[in-house]
Amino acid sequence: MTAYLKLDHIDKSFARGGQVSEVLRDIRLTIDKGEFVSIIGHSGCGKSTLLNLIAGLTKVSAGAVLLEDKEVDSPGPERAVVFQNHSLLPWLTVYENINLAVSKVFGRSKSKAERHDWIMRNLDLVQMAHAKDKRPAEISGGMKQRVGIARALAMQPKILLLDEPFGALDALTRAHLQDAVMDIHSRLGSTTIMITHDVDEAVLLSDRIVMMTNGPAATIGEVLAVPLARPRRRIELASDRTFLRCREAVLKFLYERHRFVEAAE
Amino acid sequence: MSIQAIEDTKVKAFPAKPAEVIAFTAKARRRFEPIVIAGKLASTLVPPVIVIALMLVVWQIACSSPTSSLPPPSQVWNEAYDLIAHPFFNNGPQDIGLAWRVLISLQRVAIGFGLAAIVGVALGALVGQSIWAMRGLDPVFQILRTVPPLAWLPLSLAAFRDSSPSALFVIFITSIWPIIINTAVGVRNIPEDYRNVARILRLNQFEFFVKIMVPAAAPYIFTGLRIGIGLSWLAIVAAEMLTGGVGIGFFIWDAWNSSRLPDIIVALAYIGVTGFCLDRLVAAVGAFVTRGTTAK
Repeated sequence: MTAYLKLDHIDKSFARGGQVSEVLRDIRLTIDKGEFVSIIGHSGCGKSTLLNLIAGLTKVSAGAVLLEDKEVDSPGPERAVVFQNHSLLPWLTVYENINLAVSKVFGRSKSKAERHDWIMRNLDLVQMAHAKDKRPAEISGGMKQRVGIARALAMQPKILLLDEPFGALDALTRAHLQDAVMDIHSRLGSTTIMITHDVDEAVLLSDRIVMMTNGPAATIGEVLAVPLARPRRRIELASDRTFLRCREAVLKFLYERHRFVEAAE
Repeated sequence: MSIQAIEDTKVKAFPAKPAEVIAFTAKARRRFEPIVIAGKLASTLVPPVIVIALMLVVWQIACSSPTSSLPPPSQVWNEAYDLIAHPFFNNGPQDIGLAWRVLISLQRVAIGFGLAAIVGVALGALVGQSIWAMRGLDPVFQILRTVPPLAWLPLSLAAFRDSSPSALFVIFITSIWPIIINTAVGVRNIPEDYRNVARILRLNQFEFFVKIMVPAAAPYIFTGLRIGIGLSWLAIVAAEMLTGGVGIGFFIWDAWNSSRLPDIIVALAYIGVTGFCLDRLVAAVGAFVTRGTTAK
């Protein structure tokens, strides 16, 4: 059986002013359809670079990203990204922001009324239909991120890429959004890759956790399967043995075997 | 703390007392009060009125001697009364009110500046977007923009062999530089995230220009437009002095040639007020168009 998404021996290095810095080395990973995979690692380990490679925003130096056996070398709506800082266009309302994506992706295949229904359905999914006529500056950070997720979902992507989507939010808002993402994932079964540096978040949301070693030339250190049944409930999991074991495994990886060394030049 | 320790510690939540709700009594909004509004109006209007009155008095005293080379305000009022009181009279081709002349000049500005806005934004987008266009064009722009407006006039007269298109060209070439340069800066400052959104959506060049680039760079573009319209108003008056016609600039030159100094002073007031209004107009349009754009 072929994998849905395959990262095939990917290397990535950046050249700047004659100096070549190797960021990622020999990344190998396969992801099945409908899977929720988190990528965790210390800052600077190249997790975001890896996500950009999958999104096609940056090009691989060697190896290939294969989505349904087709090579990915440029960005496209079938790999929608939710950016850390939401990246909504401030001069458009919530509705118009999503409409920009929907009219570009479904401009030909859906009628105007269908597109409107589709936008509203995605806004409902993230519970933001009430704010459809607000501009991004008028809503809170958590709401912006919800709209960012709705915009990505509205592209009906094959893979949803979340780049530290809750990084800039406070703990309570973060928990709400994690629940929202879990809910959406269970309803739509969307294949999702999430970058995070939050251990609890990774264990709570993921089917598998990909742990990255430290850079330079970071690679996948370990992949941990999270055998927790869904739907998962945050409060029940807080004392669940499996949850705690997974959490401990990730913590041990990050803080014992691959401690972050500041300024490891 | 070990995991075992967490498990052993049972956390009991106890219900808090329901908080008392204190009704928030906002002060009833003050109703329309003429005194307050009159006070505000007075505080904005009175200072400039006093300053202008003082200036007129000083001017009157300074120019009241019979040997004075410039007319005092009283003489301006008496001799140029028809120009001040009747801006819209029309007594034949060369004897028209100053408002008509201003409108004719404004029409030239509208054409020249409109062309400059279109070409300037397009060129600015190119320079902001492409590193090679910037390297090639930026030095040229930086040199050409320092050329004074009127220095272009002989060349454009030679090229167009007619005064009217020459005047338009002078406005165009004067106002285009700040538009190009500001647009380029605005385009260069478009956040990488917006570009990434556009790339993921696979927006084509035209869609990117219309939907991302222009709105994102709009605050910069309008700064350029505002500087540009000010410069073109400066240029048209000077250009009309030399090219003739019926504009406000030529009126001043004509008044000088027939020694009607009071008329010149009235015309200056018209030019100043019009320039001020143009600046405010572009600023207002900019504020309206870019609302929300600058907010993060």
